[in-house]
Amino acid sequence: MTDLYQSQRAMRQMRRQAMQRGVVAILDVGSSKIACLVLRFDGTAKLSEDNSIGSLAGQSGFRVVGAATTRSRGVQFGEINAMQETERAIRTALQAAQKMAEIRVDHVIACFSGANPRSYGLDATVELEGQVVTENEIARVLADCDVPEYGAGREVLHAQPVNFALDNRSGLADPRGQLGNMLSVDMHMMTVDAAAIQNLVHCIKRCDLELAGIASSAYVSGISSLVEDEQELGAACIDMGGGSTSVSIFMKKHMIYADSVRMGGNHVTSDISMGLGVPMANAERIKTFCGGVHATGADDRDMIDIGGDTGDWEHDRRTVSRAELIGIMRPRVEEILEEVRARLDAAGFDHLPSQQIVLTGGSSQIMGLDGLASRILGQQVRLGRPLRVHGLPQSATGPGFSGAVGLSLFAANPQDEWWDFAIPVDRYPARSLKRAVKWFRDNW
Amino acid sequence: MQPLGRSRAQGTHDPAPSRLNYRMQRWLLTPGIRLGLRVGIPFCLCFAAASGFLANETRRDALTDFWAELKASVEERPEFMVNLMAIDGAGEDLAEDIREVVPLDFPVSSFDLDPEEIRAMITGLDPVKTATVRIRPGGILQIDVTERVPVVVWRTWDGVEMLDETGAHVADLPARSARPDLPLIVGRGADKHVQQALTLLATARPLGGRLRGVARIGERRWDVVLDRDQRILLPEQNPVRALERVLALNEVQDLLERDVAVVDMRLGARPTLRMSEVAVQEWWKVRKINGSGQ
Repeated sequence: MTDLYQSQRAMRQMRRQAMQRGVVAILDVGSSKIACLVLRFDGTAKLSEDNSIGSLAGQSGFRVVGAATTRSRGVQFGEINAMQETERAIRTALQAAQKMAEIRVDHVIACFSGANPRSYGLDATVELEGQVVTENEIARVLADCDVPEYGAGREVLHAQPVNFALDNRSGLADPRGQLGNMLSVDMHMMTVDAAAIQNLVHCIKRCDLELAGIASSAYVSGISSLVEDEQELGAACIDMGGGSTSVSIFMKKHMIYADSVRMGGNHVTSDISMGLGVPMANAERIKTFCGGVHATGADDRDMIDIGGDTGDWEHDRRTVSRAELIGIMRPRVEEILEEVRARLDAAGFDHLPSQQIVLTGGSSQIMGLDGLASRILGQQVRLGRPLRVHGLPQSATGPGFSGAVGLSLFAANPQDEWWDFAIPVDRYPARSLKRAVKWFRDNW
Repeated sequence: MQPLGRSRAQGTHDPAPSRLNYRMQRWLLTPGIRLGLRVGIPFCLCFAAASGFLANETRRDALTDFWAELKASVEERPEFMVNLMAIDGAGEDLAEDIREVVPLDFPVSSFDLDPEEIRAMITGLDPVKTATVRIRPGGILQIDVTERVPVVVWRTWDGVEMLDETGAHVADLPARSARPDLPLIVGRGADKHVQQALTLLATARPLGGRLRGVARIGERRWDVVLDRDQRILLPEQNPVRALERVLALNEVQDLLERDVAVVDMRLGARPTLRMSEVAVQEWWKVRKINGSGQ
């Protein structure tokens, strides 16, 4: 536990250094593309004259100075499975972004979507030593949470206190300085496969970069594509990526649940490729230009050239109707959405006061997806795009970039996590001997 | 798994930069290196080229000569030459002096002239009050001088000299009689109060030819000296007023025509007369004859 604590603290330290230097790179390692943004931090954002939050929701402390995207290689289901290839792809994206920014970047904050995220709700109650809730008390109550057996080979990625309760009052965002007797906390902890993190860390190390933070893309795409009241009242963000679809549920501005479905747009493409017998590149093009999930009468007559590169005239001039294409795509999309529904049900999403669902990610651009999604997921479904940030190029404003944009917001103002509070003194292992020695040295 | 030894000649294009390329680019994007490339290298090149060129003695001389020639060719154009010096507002002697102290051999280029320096030199001469120096179109160095006008003669132990109204030295005199038209002042520190002396002298004009001069006593007050060794001692404050009182008395009683040695006005409330020795003896004799016995 302490090991993880230390490494996360080290990353926070690195992030602070990066903020001081003023430049940090954002790396979204996805299954279909790798996006890299270079952010420049120029002081804290100023509030507007009437002290209201400005047009960018107070997120204007940074500016995107470089942006680049490259086709992802060696990533499947949001996890790295061919390190050399991924490293090359990261180098490509990073080099292009640096070139655009004309700055050398040394610190990088990364996110990825796969690695079987699993959510745990923890809670703890302690009796306060004094009357006032201090930072130490919060650290104590956080350390008091009994961590479940999440299994060997897994690593805690996020551990955020989502709710504090003081005596009978619950729903406190920040209890510091308040008076009471019993302090209890609810914490959301998210674990992922350690191997996936290690692979990513290794790739980034091999690119001569320092890792200044790591986040789950379920979380960061929720930050960027859910608007403020959705985050407050409760909403689910479904980030449909290439290799995996991540689900995150937000409530009171905190993520309370995250999960991912190991299916995404790439599976739709491979279905088309297999069904029509065309190369993946063609299938991707056909999906992007002609794809859809609702067949109408006109679609039977709408013939699509599916092309080919064999030199056989008959083979290369094949056509399919759009209805056929939709017939291939729709079951897969339905399957993904059913799976998402199952995850939401398992999380108890239907008990939340608000049933808002936001679809984002590259695959959410399939035509007619919102209609299909509302049939499967519920009535309140909308397509979400990421928040606009300063200097973001037009080409990077689509829903496919909600992870990258969310990660920029996360980099600018990260939420307090467990490791942001000091470990209470009595939790230090092998500390007592050191203290004895220190006492000896001080007094003799 | 891909073959380990992949040859470059393979057809597929890999957009990824090689590790070396990537590191090179990052190195070049480092701020210090960027600055070095943008500023340092051009600077070094220019410096190297310049030092290489100047390393040769003959080239260095050629460059100096070329520069000197270029400068001379501009400076010695007839438009910039100054041919003569015109001095206005100065007498014969002063003009001669000025020509002496300003050592210019014409024609000279106006780039080599420093009017400010010449002006300082000229105003350094005693008889010059102000001077303006400018180069007039037509190549004439025009010097306008205002001379100091001597108003008093000041006699000291060292000699006799003339002062203007500010007390500044104008010229030495061989003797007082060289300028009988100017009034005389004496005494140490008199030159600092020439203005006051002039007022006193103007006030004392009714005394006419009897006035010999004014004397500064103890560097604080004035005496008016008349012939027959008569003196009027004036106070420090308001000496003119005191002198006017004496003159008024003289008007009515012919005070100064009598046998009075000193009229002491230093205490305004108690003007005092000192009679001459003979007059006192005479007065005592008269009193004895009258037998008043007072």
